[in-house]
Amino acid sequence: MNALVNLTKLLNSAKEIFPFHGGVHPPENKAQSTQLPIGHLQLPAKIVLPLRQHVGNVPKITVKVGDYVLKGQLIAEAEGTVSAAIHATTSGTIAAIDEQIIPHPSGLGDRCITITPDGKDAWIAKNPQDWRNTERKDLVASLRLSGIVGLGGATFPTHIKLRADGKSGVHTLIINAAECEPYITCDDMLMRERALEVVQGIAIAQHLLGAERVIIGIEDNKPEAAAAMQAAVAGTTNIQNMQVKVVPTLYPSGDARRLVHLLLGTEIPHDKRTTEMGLQVFNVATVLALHRYFDFGEPSLSRIVSMTGNVQQPQNFEVLFGTPLSHLVQAAGGAKANTSHFVMGGPMMGFALPTDDVPITKAANCIIAASPHLFAPPKPAMPCIRCARCADACPVNLQPQDLYWFAKADNFEKARDYKLFDCIECGACSYVCPSDIPLVQYYRYAKSEIIATDKAKEAADLARERNDARLVRIEREKQERAQKHADRAEAGKLAAAKLAAEKAAQMDSNVATSEDATKVAKQAAIAAAIERAKAAKAAAANNAPAEVSPNVQAEIAEIDARRAKLGMVGKTETEQENIGISKPLSIDGFETNITSKPLSIEKTAAAPSADAEKQAKIAAAIARAKAAKAAADAEKLKE
Amino acid sequence: MINRSPYISDAPSVGQIMRKVLYALVPGIAAYVYVYGGGILVTLALATATALIAEAVMLKIRRRAVAPFLGDYSAVLTAWLLALAIPPLSPWWVIVVGTLFAIVIAKQLYGGLGYNPFNPAMVGYAVLLISFPVIMTKWPAALSLAQTPLGFVDQLQYIFAGLLPQDVKLDAITSATPLDYVKTELLLKHDLSSISQAPIFGALGGKGGELVTGAYLLGGLYLWQQKIITWHLPAAFLGALAAMSGIFWLVNPAHFSSPTFHLFAGASMLGAFFIITDPVSGPTTPWAKIWFGAGVAMITYLIRVYGGYPDGVAFAVIFMNICVPLLDANTQPRVFGHLK
Repeated sequence: MNALVNLTKLLNSAKEIFPFHGGVHPPENKAQSTQLPIGHLQLPAKIVLPLRQHVGNVPKITVKVGDYVLKGQLIAEAEGTVSAAIHATTSGTIAAIDEQIIPHPSGLGDRCITITPDGKDAWIAKNPQDWRNTERKDLVASLRLSGIVGLGGATFPTHIKLRADGKSGVHTLIINAAECEPYITCDDMLMRERALEVVQGIAIAQHLLGAERVIIGIEDNKPEAAAAMQAAVAGTTNIQNMQVKVVPTLYPSGDARRLVHLLLGTEIPHDKRTTEMGLQVFNVATVLALHRYFDFGEPSLSRIVSMTGNVQQPQNFEVLFGTPLSHLVQAAGGAKANTSHFVMGGPMMGFALPTDDVPITKAANCIIAASPHLFAPPKPAMPCIRCARCADACPVNLQPQDLYWFAKADNFEKARDYKLFDCIECGACSYVCPSDIPLVQYYRYAKSEIIATDKAKEAADLARERNDARLVRIEREKQERAQKHADRAEAGKLAAAKLAAEKAAQMDSNVATSEDATKVAKQAAIAAAIERAKAAKAAAANNAPAEVSPNVQAEIAEIDARRAKLGMVGKTETEQENIGISKPLSIDGFETNITSKPLSIEKTAAAPSADAEKQAKIAAAIARAKAAKAAADAEKLKE
Repeated sequence: MINRSPYISDAPSVGQIMRKVLYALVPGIAAYVYVYGGGILVTLALATATALIAEAVMLKIRRRAVAPFLGDYSAVLTAWLLALAIPPLSPWWVIVVGTLFAIVIAKQLYGGLGYNPFNPAMVGYAVLLISFPVIMTKWPAALSLAQTPLGFVDQLQYIFAGLLPQDVKLDAITSATPLDYVKTELLLKHDLSSISQAPIFGALGGKGGELVTGAYLLGGLYLWQQKIITWHLPAAFLGALAAMSGIFWLVNPAHFSSPTFHLFAGASMLGAFFIITDPVSGPTTPWAKIWFGAGVAMITYLIRVYGGYPDGVAFAVIFMNICVPLLDANTQPRVFGHLK
C-alpha cells in the first residue's frame, strides 16, 4: 500500500516540470541522422589515441613503440586523481607515440599513441564483476581502470563522481538524456536501440551512488527513445524508483543545472556542486559504458557518434576511439562537394576541426559536415541596440548586453560583478542577437583575461613580498656596514692609545704607577682582542659558506672588545660563544619574520644564493597557479 | 582556428526590426491622413530624406560604412517619429531643422546607432518646441471640424511656401489641441464638464485625434505580438498614466480629466508603443522597464496638468533617459544559482 502511495507520488511529480528562464528552440535537424539504425565501421588502417581525451591529468603511457597490444589492453594509466585510463581499442602493434593533431578548438597537436591494427580485433581476457556483491569502494577503485569518462561531452572521469570510500550523500540520480543541441542524435539512437542495456547501466550507477531514486530526463522531441526507455524501465525487474520524465524541447535543457531545475525545481547554488545537493547527473551513454564495463568486463573503447550535416547519408555509428574522422565520413557516404569543414559537437557549442585527419575521441558525440549553406558565414557585427533579446534568452538569467559592454570596454571587474563566471557559454544570446555580435567570444575573452589578471596579481603579490624582504635585507646590511665602520674607527683609536701607552712606558717607566700598569694591561688585552677579531674576520672571508657569517664574526669581535674593556679577558671560550650567539639568533628570528608569508620554500631557500631563492619562489608560484587552475577546472566540470 | 560557436542564429536583423516598427506605424499614418489630410505624407518624406542624407554625411565624416547603417532603417524611424510628433502643417524647415538636430547631434555625435543616450526623435522635438513654441503648438483642426478644410495641394503650398488659399485665415484651419484647450479653459476657471462640450472632444480623447491614437495602439499590439517589444514598457506607461490620472479624476472630476482622456489624447499611445520602446536609449531589465514607463507617465501627467506645455511625453522621456543607467543597475534580475 505504502509503495503504491509512493508510486503515485512519483508519477505525479513525473508530470511536473520546473521551467528555467530563457532558452531557445533552434531547428532540431535531428531527423536526418535517425533514418538508419546505428551503423558499425570496418576496422580503420590506423588507430590514433590522444592521451588527452578527458578533463584532468594526462595518463601515463604503459607501452612502447613496437609492443603488440590486445583489444581492451591498458596502454596508459590514470595519473593522479583526476585522470582517465586509455585502452587499445583493437589488437595490433604500437606504431608510434608522438605528437599529432587532436580534435581540440586550438587545432594544436598533442601526444597520441598510434596503433596499426592486425585485423584480428582480438580481445584481452575480460573480467566481468559481480557488482551487486562487491564492496562499493572496490568498484570505485576498479572504475579508475575503466577509462570511462562523461560521454555527454564534458569528459570528466567518471570515477571522480563517486567517492573513493564508496559512501555518498546522493539520494537522486539524474540521467541526462535531454540531448538538447540540434543535429545530435547519438543518445536518442542509443536509447531507441539499447534501452534495456541502458537501464542495466543505470542500475549500476544507482548502486554505486546508493541513490534512492533515478529520474531519466528526455526532451519531448525524442518520443521513440522515451517510449523505449519507459518500456525498458517497466520491463526490468531488479530496479526500483526509476522514472522517465519527458521535458519540453528547449535548448539548453541538457545543461546539468538546467536539467536538475527542470526535473526537480532545485536551483543549485552557483558555489555548490550537484553532489552537495544530494544529486548526481550521469549521461545516458556513460551509464551504458558502466554496464559494458561491470557486466562484461569491457573498458571504454567506443561510443556512438552522430555523423551528420553535409554528408551523403547521415547516420549514427558505433565508433572505436582513435578512428580517423575521414574513415567515419566515408562510412556516411562521404562529404558532399561543398563541404567546407567539420564541426565537432552541435551547432550551438561545437567547434571547427582543423582537418578531417583527427581521431574520434571520447568527447566526440557528433560530427557535422559544414557547408556555407548549412552554417552561413558570420555576418559583420552591428552595434548593440540594447534590445535585450539576449537577456530574454539567457538560461542563467544574466544580462548579456551588459556583459558584452563590459567585456568590450575591458571593464573586467564590472563583468565579474555582473556574474560573468556564471555564463555557461551556451550561445543562446548570440543565437538571438539581431546585431550578429559574437557575444560568447567576448565572454570567453573576458574570462581568460580575468583569469590571467588574477594570476598576474598573484605573481605581483609575490614579487612585492620578495621586494619588501629585499628592502629589509638591504637596510639590515647597511646598518651592519655602518656598524663595521664604527668598529674599525674604534679599533684605530685604541691602537693609537696603545702606541702612546707603550711610548710612555718606555720613556718613563719609573713613574709608572700600579694604576698605569693596570691600564696598559687592559689596553693590551683590547688590542689582542681586536687582533683576534680581525683574524677571525679574515678566516670568515676565506671560508666562503662559513657557518657563522662575517656579520656575526664582527659582532663577536665587538663583544670581545667590549669585554676586554670591562676586563673580562680571562673568561673561557665557551662563555664567549654563549654571549656571541645571542645576536645571530635574533637575526635568524628576523629572517623568519620577514619571510613567513611565502611559507616553507622561503625558509629552506634562505641559505643558498639569491638566484636560487628567486627560482624556487617562481616555481612555487607557478605550481600554485597551476594547482588553482586545475582545481577551478575540476570544479567547473565536476557536473 | 577560432571557436566561433554558435554556428546558427535566428534573429531578425536590426534593419528588419526597425522595418517592422515602421510597418506598425502605417495604420496610425493612414488614420492621420484620414483625419488631417495628406500633408503628413509630405512631411514624412521630407523628414526621411533629411534623415538619410544627414546620416550618410555624418557616417562619411566619421569614416564609417554608409550602406549597412543606412540599411538599418533607424534613421528613417527617427524621422517618422519626429514627423508624427510635430504639427502636420508646420513649415518645411521646421521638420528639416528638427530632423537634422535629431540625427546629427542626438545620434551621430554620440556615436551613432546603439550609442545615443537620449531618444533622438524626442531631442529633436524638444529643440523645436523650445525654439518655435508658436508653430509647435498650432495644430490643424481635424478636417471634419475645420471651417475650410485644406486640400492636399493647399497643404503642400502652406508647408513649402507658407501660402494659404485666398480668404482663408490661419485660425480657420487650426485649433487648440484638446490637451491645450483643457489647460487654458481650466485656467479661466471653467468646469471640465462644460469644457468637454466643445466640438474638438470625441468619445475618448480629441475628435479625430483619438482615431489616430487608436491606430497607434493597434500598431503597438502588432509589435508586441511580433515580439519586437515586450509588454513591460507600454503596460507600465499606460497603467501608471491611467492610475495617476484616475486618482486625480476621482478626487475632483470637475478639474481633472478622466484616465480615458489622458490615454487617448496627445502622444500617449505613440509614446507608449513607439517612443519609450526605443531600445538604445531605454532600459533593459524587466523592472527597469516598468519603472521607466511609470516614470515617463508620471512626468507626462504632471507636465500636462501643472506644466507649461500642453503635452509632456518628450521631456518626460528625455528625463527618464538620464535615469536609465541607474534603473538598470538597481534592477538586476537574480542570476540562476544566486539565491537570496
